[in-house]
Amino acid sequence: MSAGRPRRRGRLGRANLEDRAFGWSTRLFALCVIAILALLGYVLARAAHPALLMFGWGFLSSSVWDPVREVFGAWPFIWGTLLSSTLALLIAVPISLGAAVFLAELAPPWLRNPISFLVELLAAVPSVVYGLWGLFVLAPMLRPVEAWLGHRLGFLPFFQGSAYGIGMLAAGLILAIMILPIITAVSREVLLAVPRTQREAAYSLGATRWEAIRGPVLRYARAGIMGAVILGLGRALGETMAVTMVIGNTPTTSLSLFSPAYTMPSVLANEFAEATGKLHSAALMEIALLLFGVAILVNAVARLLLWSVGRGAPRGVRE
Amino acid sequence: MTAQAKAPSLRLARRKAANGLMWGGAVLATLAALVPLGLILYYVAAQGISSLNLAFFTQLPKPVGESGGGMANAVVGSLILVGLASLVGLPIGLLGGIYLAEFGNNRLGWAIRFAADVLSGVPSIVIGMFVLALVVIPMHGVSAVAGGCALGLMMVPIAMRTTEELVRLVPMSLREGSLALGATHWRTIVKVVMQAAKGGVITGVLLAIARIAGEAAPILFTAGSTQWWNLKVTQGPMSSLPVQIYLYAGSPFEEWHRQAWAAALVLVTMVLLLSIAARYATRGRMRLVR
Repeated sequence: MSAGRPRRRGRLGRANLEDRAFGWSTRLFALCVIAILALLGYVLARAAHPALLMFGWGFLSSSVWDPVREVFGAWPFIWGTLLSSTLALLIAVPISLGAAVFLAELAPPWLRNPISFLVELLAAVPSVVYGLWGLFVLAPMLRPVEAWLGHRLGFLPFFQGSAYGIGMLAAGLILAIMILPIITAVSREVLLAVPRTQREAAYSLGATRWEAIRGPVLRYARAGIMGAVILGLGRALGETMAVTMVIGNTPTTSLSLFSPAYTMPSVLANEFAEATGKLHSAALMEIALLLFGVAILVNAVARLLLWSVGRGAPRGVRE
Repeated sequence: MTAQAKAPSLRLARRKAANGLMWGGAVLATLAALVPLGLILYYVAAQGISSLNLAFFTQLPKPVGESGGGMANAVVGSLILVGLASLVGLPIGLLGGIYLAEFGNNRLGWAIRFAADVLSGVPSIVIGMFVLALVVIPMHGVSAVAGGCALGLMMVPIAMRTTEELVRLVPMSLREGSLALGATHWRTIVKVVMQAAKGGVITGVLLAIARIAGEAAPILFTAGSTQWWNLKVTQGPMSSLPVQIYLYAGSPFEEWHRQAWAAALVLVTMVLLLSIAARYATRGRMRLVR
């Protein structure tokens, strides 16, 4: 739309100049986003540099985190992050997909929007409020459940140890609740984007409702649903406050869901205020850099998958 | 009935049973997704109402051991931080969103959209660490400005993408009408398109504010917390409701736990009202999660 030759005199020429100036200034502000991302990576890498030099790749695999002797290895935090996020996905994905199928395919039309909105409201609740609730309501409720599980299924490595309430299980549950809305809302949109003909073809062949959903609809939406799940994973990996408040903040690499643990975001939240040594803060910055790298990767993959099915993609690119 | 006729009807029964089972499963899953919302809202309301009073909004925190007191400084601090965040985040978000909607159907627009979506997935604590390294350390200490920067950065992608979506909703014929009357392109955008998109953009802004008002992680080390009044924005810690909830919940004092619940009630009420208003104003077009 920004047509017009640059060399014109008088009012028309000025109007043309104003148009170009306006276009360029909006472009400049839009470009800020790319600049922010680049600056984020640069500043974190610079701050983490001493730790990067000192520990190299061993930082990822070593389990010793000792600020006094200035030896730092992040494995327990990486482990805690991976385990809590996996647990959250295991709980949240089936529920989210069930709810998304219900909201996109099965529910009566008058029910769809209000319930979708209620599920999305879960995402509006601040993270610290989840933490507060997890700490004072969920964790005490979990204690008898954990004791029972330990009694019945104690032979499995996941259900061993004492039942504190606070720990990996509480963190996984809270995270699951927190990523439910995004996985549900995004997969619902993906399902709504599946062409009607997919379903109608299946019905015309005599398929039941579920058969039409399982094959033609879900398979068509596969990439988008994967994107929604990965988006949820990204949120779970970086969630800070709620997890910090319920996970117990003890660096362990236990498989037990009852054991207190530590995650990468939690160690940042807990230790930065006390980080006095240069190497200590550099090590924490390296954890932040690691989180940043993982977040970029996970979100890039998720967005590309979602754009490939045409959700949230730019016009023009959308087919 | 012969054996041949029986086999298909049995299969049909099985298919119908599978259908019913998945129906039930989907309904149960939806209920399971709604239960936590109910539980959280119930506890926040129940615990919060009994602890909330006028002193919460008018008094400073009392020292440990004394009962009473409030969080007046954190309430005001939260407002100041959100205001500063809007100063940082909204210009980039709004103008960037206009660019994406009006000029962004090209490669650069694609890259910017992609960057904005990726930025919205960067963990808030990482944003906090970034601002810590970039602003707090050179300024030798926490400040409201640093906290506002961190929250503002989080606002950018939300504001940008919602603005884009809402500006795109303005019909092409309005632009064409204005251009046909001889208005320049930028006047068309500012006077006609933005006028038409105004309501939607304002609700988008409110939604972005709702999303960052409850964030504690980015301001934990950038704005900090204090028991006193501090209205200087460039120097010294600035309390806020989310950080106060985090600190009070982790304390061993019953009185502080009550205060934390009261703060949670204030925060949740505000965020939910903003979200419901935004949803209502855009007639359900706006997704709350992105």
